[in-house]
Amino acid sequence: MRGKAMNEKNQNRLQNRHSEHLLGTGTPMCAGCGGLAAIKEIYDVIGEKSVFINAAGCMTLLANYPFTPFRGSWLYTAMACAPAGAQGVRDALDILLAKGRLAAAEDLETVVLTGDGSANGIGLSATSGAMDRCLDFLYICYDNEGYGNTGQQASAATPLGARTATSRGPLGYPGRKKDLFAIWAAHRPTYVATVSPSHPLDLVRKLETAKNLKGPRLVLAFAPCPTGWGFDPKEMIEVGKLAVQTGIWPLKEYREGKVTHTIVPRPRLPVDEYLRRQGRFAHLFQPQRNEDVLQKIHSSVDAYWDAIES
Amino acid sequence: MKRILLTGNNAAAWGARLAGVEYVPAFPITPQTEIIETLAYWIDSGEIDCRMTTLESEHSMITAAGAAAATGVRVFTATSSQGLLYGMEMLYTVAGWRAPFVMVNVSRGLSSPITLEPDHNDILAARDSGFLQIHCATCQEVLDGILLAYRLAEHEKVRLPVLVNMDGFYLSFTREPVEIPDAAAVRRFLSGYDAENIRFRAGAPLSEAVAVLGGTLYSYFRYEMHLAALNGLKAFGEIAADFAAIFGREYRDVEGYRTDDAELVFVMIGSFATKAKEAVDRLRDAGIPAGLVRPILLRPFPRERIRNMLAGKKGVAVIDQNLSLGMGGILHAEISSALYGVAGSQPIVAGFIGGLGGRDISAEEFYQMANETLQAVEEGHAPPPRLLFAREELAEVRRMQQIAGVTRNAGESHE
Repeated sequence: MRGKAMNEKNQNRLQNRHSEHLLGTGTPMCAGCGGLAAIKEIYDVIGEKSVFINAAGCMTLLANYPFTPFRGSWLYTAMACAPAGAQGVRDALDILLAKGRLAAAEDLETVVLTGDGSANGIGLSATSGAMDRCLDFLYICYDNEGYGNTGQQASAATPLGARTATSRGPLGYPGRKKDLFAIWAAHRPTYVATVSPSHPLDLVRKLETAKNLKGPRLVLAFAPCPTGWGFDPKEMIEVGKLAVQTGIWPLKEYREGKVTHTIVPRPRLPVDEYLRRQGRFAHLFQPQRNEDVLQKIHSSVDAYWDAIES
Repeated sequence: MKRILLTGNNAAAWGARLAGVEYVPAFPITPQTEIIETLAYWIDSGEIDCRMTTLESEHSMITAAGAAAATGVRVFTATSSQGLLYGMEMLYTVAGWRAPFVMVNVSRGLSSPITLEPDHNDILAARDSGFLQIHCATCQEVLDGILLAYRLAEHEKVRLPVLVNMDGFYLSFTREPVEIPDAAAVRRFLSGYDAENIRFRAGAPLSEAVAVLGGTLYSYFRYEMHLAALNGLKAFGEIAADFAAIFGREYRDVEGYRTDDAELVFVMIGSFATKAKEAVDRLRDAGIPAGLVRPILLRPFPRERIRNMLAGKKGVAVIDQNLSLGMGGILHAEISSALYGVAGSQPIVAGFIGGLGGRDISAEEFYQMANETLQAVEEGHAPPPRLLFAREELAEVRRMQQIAGVTRNAGESHE
């Protein structure tokens, strides 16, 4: 669906990608952390002229006194209010710029960084408020589909059937993953995109798009979590690829009222290939297949793509 | 300088205006709303160069206030009661950012039951947050207190946010004569905001509020805030002296009224202390040497000053417009702790709870409290906390309960 020129450009990008990232190494994240892999790519695009405004989650421990992997600025707020922190910083920067007390070169991109727990639940009211105030900010959410930092309890982003620390029964998590993309899009913000660390070119292109826009922008990053989901850390990229190829994690963007799918998996691989790779879904296959739950997962993925492709 | 009639809320808005505030994150709540409405009107009519953002909660409002102060602008905000408690997590949090700003709290009783009129449980719930606290008794003090608060918050040895407290209704909606200082004179007292080393700039990356692991680092930073708060005692004295030199109004961290030769001293904060002054005068007319001690600064706690002012008195009646449920008055505990462990004979400290949810404290009740305290002095031991409540009030409650019960029973009988 994209022309040859774009493919060549992407090929050049692939060859020219940094072997070293702007984000420093030696962080306390788990081995194979999909969220960190996404943030490394993201930070290369955003750059150091930024202030990352963080809510409680795994990434809070990136900046751990006296160390930080960020070359730019950082402000930890609390779990519910990172967008409000971005509001205060952005408003103050705008006041200083207007009064000539801050040179344009000293201006910063205000970036909110939270996990899915904050983005879908406790921080959703602050996020919604920032959007209706048309705040100029970029929101990065790493979605590891649970309260990862506290040991993978079920969050509003946990998918149906997943075993978590608070859904250990034979059926797994009985709820439905909240559609944060649609919630954002309903606010008519400037930009919403999903990305995956397994698809870095798609990720970088979307970040570049987001970076060059003003207003509320969300980049929702798929964050395969070896410790929380039960797979070998070295398979993190593979799990991300399977999520995209099976249609579980659609790669898409919203702009000016329109949703575009940037990668349409054709043919879609069977969803079970994604599920079987993770300990959190093992109970759906062993000791026997749980056809009821698996059928619900399959049909929700099919229904999603039928609507897109029809 | 002009003298006009202003409500406490208008006086607060004037304080913010004269302080040259640049940013007001806001959220409405009774009885505070008039403050942000007044500022919004001045912004919209171009009278002040300021930006207001209405947040979606007080939790977000306090976050935005701290974040903007940490970015380098002078910030003002206001709240009340439930709003202060809704933002409580962020009170503690932004105090640790060491980014100074001023917040007005218009005291109002806390739910449950939900109510509108004032007491001090809301502001005292913020007692340990790291915000310093200035308690006002008049509308003039509200305006002046905000100017003093900016100097205190931004003082290089303090750098902590400050809460300025006034009572809902009794000050917020009551017009009193207020002298509005001349703007040029205010600029001599309070210059532009200096963010010092806490501000975000692309050329000077800064990590703020970073996580610490282990008690050593955590203790260090918490002790540092505590010591900075204590520095506020000396700083307040210097600032108040500057204020008196420019505006002619004198403030001390603790106000004493007819205390020098007093044998019985009331201790109160807030607007009802003006009722206590009247009671002191009437008691003296009746031959009882009474006085009043009113802490204006409650955090940092002026322990030495309070000790010195109460030393050698026979009886102290602490009147708390708050109730620590299952314990008693919060001020009573603080005043008692200030007096404990001092050599020599110490006064009997009696505790009274009154004025909850806007309930008045009558002149007769002040005389009664004086009598009971003097009685306790004679008996040589402090009585347990007394809850002020009149016989007629109990009768009124019984009538209301009867109505509530009749309605309920009538409903049941139809089922």
